[in-house]
Amino acid sequence: MSQDEPVITIDHVTKRFGDVVAVDNVSFEVKKGELFALLGPNGAGKSTTIKMLTTILKPSEGKLTLAGHDVTKEQDQARKSFGIVFQDPSVDTEMTAYENMELHAALYGVSGRDTKSRVKTLLELVELWDRKDTLVKNFSGGMKRRLEIARGLLHHPHVLFLDEPTLGLDTQTRNLLWDYVQKMSQSEGMTVFFTTHYLEEAEAAADRIGIIDHGKLVALGTTRELMKLTATTSLEEAYLELTGRTVRDEEVKPGEEWRARRRARMMR
Amino acid sequence: MRVIYTLWMRQIKRFFRAKSRIIGAVGQPLLFLLALGYGIGSIYAKAGQGNYIEFLVPGIMAQTVLFSAMFYGAMIMFDKQFGFLKETLVAPVSRFKIMFGGALGGATTATFQGTLVLVISLFLGFRPAHWVLVPVAILVLGLLAVAIASFSSGIGSFVQDMQGFQAINQFLVFPLYFLSGSLYPLEHAPKWLRIIAECNPMSYAVDAMRDALIGQTHFGFAKDLSVLCATVIALVLFGTYRFQHIEA
Repeated sequence: MSQDEPVITIDHVTKRFGDVVAVDNVSFEVKKGELFALLGPNGAGKSTTIKMLTTILKPSEGKLTLAGHDVTKEQDQARKSFGIVFQDPSVDTEMTAYENMELHAALYGVSGRDTKSRVKTLLELVELWDRKDTLVKNFSGGMKRRLEIARGLLHHPHVLFLDEPTLGLDTQTRNLLWDYVQKMSQSEGMTVFFTTHYLEEAEAAADRIGIIDHGKLVALGTTRELMKLTATTSLEEAYLELTGRTVRDEEVKPGEEWRARRRARMMR
Repeated sequence: MRVIYTLWMRQIKRFFRAKSRIIGAVGQPLLFLLALGYGIGSIYAKAGQGNYIEFLVPGIMAQTVLFSAMFYGAMIMFDKQFGFLKETLVAPVSRFKIMFGGALGGATTATFQGTLVLVISLFLGFRPAHWVLVPVAILVLGLLAVAIASFSSGIGSFVQDMQGFQAINQFLVFPLYFLSGSLYPLEHAPKWLRIIAECNPMSYAVDAMRDALIGQTHFGFAKDLSVLCATVIALVLFGTYRFQHIEA
């Protein structure tokens, strides 16, 4: 794959839930090695887009490609090509950090010999190597996040998806996280696709930014291009210009409210 | 194989780390064994049926497996709520392996608990008719455990909360237990009860174990094993089907 070849392509993709159109005829591409941010208000379609790219949801229409593999037709190859850090924690808290990594290696078919050295490198990177035998339930929210990032990188993915990775974390941890991610992206030529509500993170980390609202892609470009497009002087102003100033209320699915409360508790 | 082994091992490790679960797993069957065994045992003997504890032990072993393997479904539900399930769902692995690896682990710990009941019953004076057939009884117990753990995986994949799970226990697990041959001989049960019990796969598992442990059988071992194997296949398919349809 050459440098300019797109590693992610989203081609006229629509996702409907009953009558609700969550993602509406969206098309764009992300290049290899790029750090790409997808921004948008609550319920705009960010998570739905990530879920379609990561094979959790099937698109109603259109085609998504990851590292040359059709996400719906070549599901397993597509799954091997990405790592993901979900919005909610997804580590097994009753197991140690090392065991979580081992399990991931088994799921992704990383060979036993490679696993040992790779796990050590990654846990050292996220500064958890000396805590590798601690049960994850004794970890803080930030430590869990760092472990998830290390885990997502374990099988040398082409793309790392981060769905609001820094939600509820303190500034120090947030800075550290972006540090790790940028290091890995540079050393392995890995593409990073992330969503966030912190615009300063997008501005600092992302090469390009896509803004999605009401399921439609409303703008795409560098921070400078977005500011120029809206004739504003900051990303925040540009963002508000593009998405409006009204508050969006996302509907809560059953069980999710409880989960959100639990997450808030765990992140503390 | 590595995926199934790793997911199996996960359940084993988690089980032996939760000491309270092991104690709880043995406490309840012990209560049943003591209260029913000694409470009803004397009447059972007076009615000319022989030793009730002997009759009861296979039933209580099956009960232990039923409750424990059913509880495994609650762990799937927690895996879903605590997010870990998503990690497995986006992995490049078939949903069958994910369902089956975990269910095998849940089945193994359930079978371990059922076997523990057998060990305890030895201290209460229980003696198998033929020691060489004890492994056969444990194998039957294991098959029952795989069937129920696969079934409860399927249930756990769509139940939203603990209340939903309790409801399933009330309406499904208790009837499966009480309306089987676990606690009483089917020979003397009223016809309606016998018909229900004959449609209940639990009855066949208990009957097969009873045959292996004390040489008593209602249906015959070949029929028991056939029904049990068919149940395992059907419920593994059910669990796999449910796992294929999880959208997180």
